[in-house]
Amino acid sequence: MSLPKTRIIGAPRRRVDGRAKVTGQTKFADDIMLPRMVHCKLLRSTSPHARITSIDTSRARAHPGVHLVLTGKDFPIAYGILPVSQDEHALAIERVRFVGDPVAAVVARDELTAFEALDLIDVVYEPLRTFSGPADSLAHAEPRIHEYGDAGNVHKLVSLAFGDVEQAFGDADRVFEDTFFYEGNTHLPIEQHAAVAALDPDGKLVLWSSTQTPHYVHRALAKALTLPAAHIRVIATPNGGGFGGKSDPFNHEVVVAKAALLLDRPVKICLTREEVFYCHRGRHPVLMRFKTGVKHDGTITGMHVKTILDGGAYGSYGVASTFYTGALQTVTYHIPAYQFQGCRVFTNKPPCGPKRGHGTPQSRFGQEIQLDKISEALAIDPADLRLRIVERPETLTANYLHVGTIGLSECIRHVTAASDWTNTFRRLPFGRGVGLACSSYLSGAGLAIYWNDMPHSGVQLKLDRSGGVTAFCGATEIGQGSDDVLVACVAEVLGIEPIDIRAITGDTDLTPVDLGSYSSRVTLMMGNAAIQAAERARELLAAAMSKKLAVPKDRLVFAERRVFDAGNSDAGVSFAEAVCLAEATFGTIGTTGSYTPPRSAARFKGGGVGPSPTYSYTAAVVEVEVDSTTGWIHVPRVWIAHDIGRALNPALVRGQVEGSVYMALGEALMEEQVFRRLPPRLSHALVHRFPSMLEYKSPTTLDMPQVFTELIENPDPRGPFGAKEVGQGPLLPVMPAVANAVYDAVGVRIDEVPITPEKILKALDAKAAGKPGRVGPTRFPEVAWPDPLQVPPPWEGGDGTARKS
Amino acid sequence: MTPHIAIALTVNGEPSEVAFSGYKTLLEVLREDLNLCGTKHGCELGECGACAVLLDGQPVLSCLVLGVDCDGRTVTTVEGLAADGRLHPLQETFADLGAAQCGYCTPAFLVTAKALLDEHPHPTRDQIKDALSGCLCRCTGYQQIFEAVEAAIAQESAR
Repeated sequence: MSLPKTRIIGAPRRRVDGRAKVTGQTKFADDIMLPRMVHCKLLRSTSPHARITSIDTSRARAHPGVHLVLTGKDFPIAYGILPVSQDEHALAIERVRFVGDPVAAVVARDELTAFEALDLIDVVYEPLRTFSGPADSLAHAEPRIHEYGDAGNVHKLVSLAFGDVEQAFGDADRVFEDTFFYEGNTHLPIEQHAAVAALDPDGKLVLWSSTQTPHYVHRALAKALTLPAAHIRVIATPNGGGFGGKSDPFNHEVVVAKAALLLDRPVKICLTREEVFYCHRGRHPVLMRFKTGVKHDGTITGMHVKTILDGGAYGSYGVASTFYTGALQTVTYHIPAYQFQGCRVFTNKPPCGPKRGHGTPQSRFGQEIQLDKISEALAIDPADLRLRIVERPETLTANYLHVGTIGLSECIRHVTAASDWTNTFRRLPFGRGVGLACSSYLSGAGLAIYWNDMPHSGVQLKLDRSGGVTAFCGATEIGQGSDDVLVACVAEVLGIEPIDIRAITGDTDLTPVDLGSYSSRVTLMMGNAAIQAAERARELLAAAMSKKLAVPKDRLVFAERRVFDAGNSDAGVSFAEAVCLAEATFGTIGTTGSYTPPRSAARFKGGGVGPSPTYSYTAAVVEVEVDSTTGWIHVPRVWIAHDIGRALNPALVRGQVEGSVYMALGEALMEEQVFRRLPPRLSHALVHRFPSMLEYKSPTTLDMPQVFTELIENPDPRGPFGAKEVGQGPLLPVMPAVANAVYDAVGVRIDEVPITPEKILKALDAKAAGKPGRVGPTRFPEVAWPDPLQVPPPWEGGDGTARKS
Repeated sequence: MTPHIAIALTVNGEPSEVAFSGYKTLLEVLREDLNLCGTKHGCELGECGACAVLLDGQPVLSCLVLGVDCDGRTVTTVEGLAADGRLHPLQETFADLGAAQCGYCTPAFLVTAKALLDEHPHPTRDQIKDALSGCLCRCTGYQQIFEAVEAAIAQESAR
C-alpha cells in the first residue's frame, strides 16, 4: 500500500535528543547538583507486616551533619495513583506492610552521613501475620493489610459477563480448559529512581524527578503536602528507562519535597538498586484459568477467563491491572460470548503495578498457549487457525471495545513466510522447534486516571521571528522518543527541519498537560495535538502569505524552510519571513492543539479499562533449541511483525520492537521477582530473594537472538500520520511463542514463566514416566465471586450498559 | 568530616588535580568532584556495567575502583570521546542508528566499544557481543548497538 508523501515522517532519522545522549549531556535526575544541596536516605521496614510500637529518632537527630529526621507523623495525608486506592503514606504510619516499606527519612550533609544516621533510628515492631501469597490472603480475612477493599485481604473483585458463555460452551464442538501461571517480574531500569526538591527564588516548590507521570506526581504532591498545585512545579527529567516502573507518585518524591520546604535548601535522593526492587510496581504474578469453546473449524463460540493477581502491599494501579487481565482477549480474535472474573489480593510484598503491557501479557500468555493446544487438537495449523478467527476491523467487540484498523493477518502472513513456517513447524528434528503467537495493545488508554472531560494531551507552539519554533508539551521523555515525535510532527506540518524546533517537555509550570508516558498513549495523543497546533500556526502564516503573494491559501506549500506558491516555487519567502509577515498581520504567533480520545461505547461499571482510540497488532515466531539432557534453552532467532499504522521514525520504531522482544525473552526465560522466608531463628521475615542485578537475571548481549523485524504500515486515520503504538504491544506475543516453540521442540508444555531448564527437565522426566509432559498449575482456588454484571453484547441488541438485575 | 586526600591524574587528555574523601570511588570522584556526570551508575556494586570508563585505556567499572588508586593514571569518560569539535564515529553511529534509547547506559557502551576498536579495529559480531557483555541495556535489545559499532568500523575504514 502506498503511503502519503512526507518529508520527515517515515524516514529513519537521528532522534532529536540523539546528540545529547551520546555525549553524556542528557541531564538525568541524579545529575542535578545544586548549591547548598543536602542528601536524603530512607529507613525501610525490616518486617513484612507489623505494627510500629515506637520510633526513637533522637540519636539520629543528634548525629553530626544531620539536618532533619522525618517519620510518618510528618505525613498524615494519604495519596496513591488511582482515586480508588489512596492508600500510601510517604512514611509509614503505625503499620508497615512489606520489607522495604519506608519508615523514616534522614536528611544530612552527604549520603554517607545520612546512611550512618539511619542506623541510629530505633524502631520497635510488633509482628502481624504475614501474607505471602494469594492462598493466604484468600483464606484469612484478618488481620487486614488495608482497611479497605472488597473483602478481608481481597482488594478487588471483578465479574463481568458479555452474553451467555454457558450456552456458547453448549454450542461448541470442543471445550478446552487450561490453567496457567505467570510469575511476577520487575522493570529493572538501569537508572535508579532519583529526585531533587528545592524552593525557587519565590519560595515555591520545585521537584525534579525521574518520573513517567509528572502530572500525576504534581497532583499527589498538592494533596499530600496540602499546597496549592499552582505553587508546585514538577519537572520530569529524562528517564533512564521506565517501562512503567516510574509511573506512580513515590514515597521518596514526597519526602524530599517536604524536606526542601522545611529546610529551604535543595534536597536530593537517589535510591540504591536494592530500593528500586522494593519500589517495584512491576508485573503482577497471575494465576489464570481459560475455558474456551470452539467449533471443529476453530471458530470460537465463547470464552471464560478467571484471574487471580498477587497485588503486593498497596493498591498502585492494581484495580486497572485487574481489569486489564481480562480486557483485551476480544480485541485479537472474534469471541461472541465472553465472561471475565478477576481478583486482586493484598500480600506483604512490594506493590505490583504496571509493567510494559500492563496486566495483559499474563493473560495473553495463557490465551496464546491454549490456542496452540486447540490447534493441535483440531489438527489445524496454528497460523491458519488464527487467520480464521482474527477480529474484524472497525467493529465493536463483545465487551464494547471499538477496534480500528487491524493488520494482524498481514503480521501472521509475514512472520510465517519469513520464518519458513510451513517447512519448520512440526518438521524440525527433536530439540529444535518454532512457536507462533499474536497479540494486540492499546494506543493510549481511552480514559484518564481521574475521570474528567479535559484533553489528554496539549501542545503549545511559539513561533519566533528568527524562524525558530518552540514546542511545549507535558509529555515525558523516557527513552521512547517522545520529544522526537513532537518535533517531527511539527516540522512536517510547518515545512521546517527538526533542528529548527526546540522541545520543552514534562514541566508542569511551562508545558500544557499531557497525562504522561504510560499506556502507549504519547505518540497518538501528543502527536495529534502537535499536528493540530502546527496546522493552526500554518493557517496563520498561510493567511498572511496568501495576501502578500496574491495566491489562494491552498496553493501554498510549506517545505524546505520556505513558504511558496505550488504553481511557481520561485514566488515565496523563507519560513522566518513568513513568521514575520504573520506577526505583523496578527500579532505574536502562538497556537495550541489538544487531543481528547473519542467517547467509549462501554457504559457499564468497569468499562473504563480497555477502551483506546485504536489498537496495535503483533505476530511473532520464535525459534528455540532445547538440550534435552540439561534442559538448556537457546533462542537463536525471532521473527516479529508489528502493525504500527505508520512508522514516524522507523529507526526508533525498530528499537521499540527489538527492545520489547528483549524484555519479553527476559520474562519468558529468566526474570522473576520472588520471595522467601528467612529462617525462624532469624526474623522469619518474607524477603525478596535477590534484590540485586547480579542475581536477578536479565538477558545480556550474549543471550540476545537475531531479531527480524517487519513493520506493517497501513495508516490508521485516528493516529498522527496514521501511527499506532509500538512501545508495549510487541512484547506480548513473545512469551507464549517461546512456550509454543518449546513444545514443538521437545513435546512438553511449560504453562508458566519463567520457562527454566529445571522445569523442562521435570516435564521431560514426567513424560518419560508416562505422566503428562507438563509443568504448570492445575488447581484454581475458590473465590467468592460476586454475581456477574450482565452486559448484552452489541449483536444481542446491547447498548453498552449493564442489564438491570 | 572524612579527611580529604588529593591526587593528580589525566582526565580526557587534560591534567587534573582533585581532592576528595578517601572512601570515594572513581565513579563518585568523576561525578561529584570533577563534575563529569556523563558517567552513570545503575547499582554501584559492579553488576550493571553502566559506570564503565577507560582507565589507562582499559574498560573498568568505576564504581569498583577507588579514587585514591587513580593517582598518576589516565581516565577517559564519554565527555572525552569527541575531539577537535567532532564526535567520535561511535557517537555518530550510535545517535544515527537508534543505539541510544534512554541513553543512560550509552556512555558505558561507547567507552567499552572504543576500547575494543582501539585494540581490534575489525572485530567480528561475536567479538563485539563478548566485549560488550558486561554492560546491561534494558531498552534496545542490543541489536542496534551491534549495528552502530559495525557502522562506525565501516566509517573508519572508509576514511
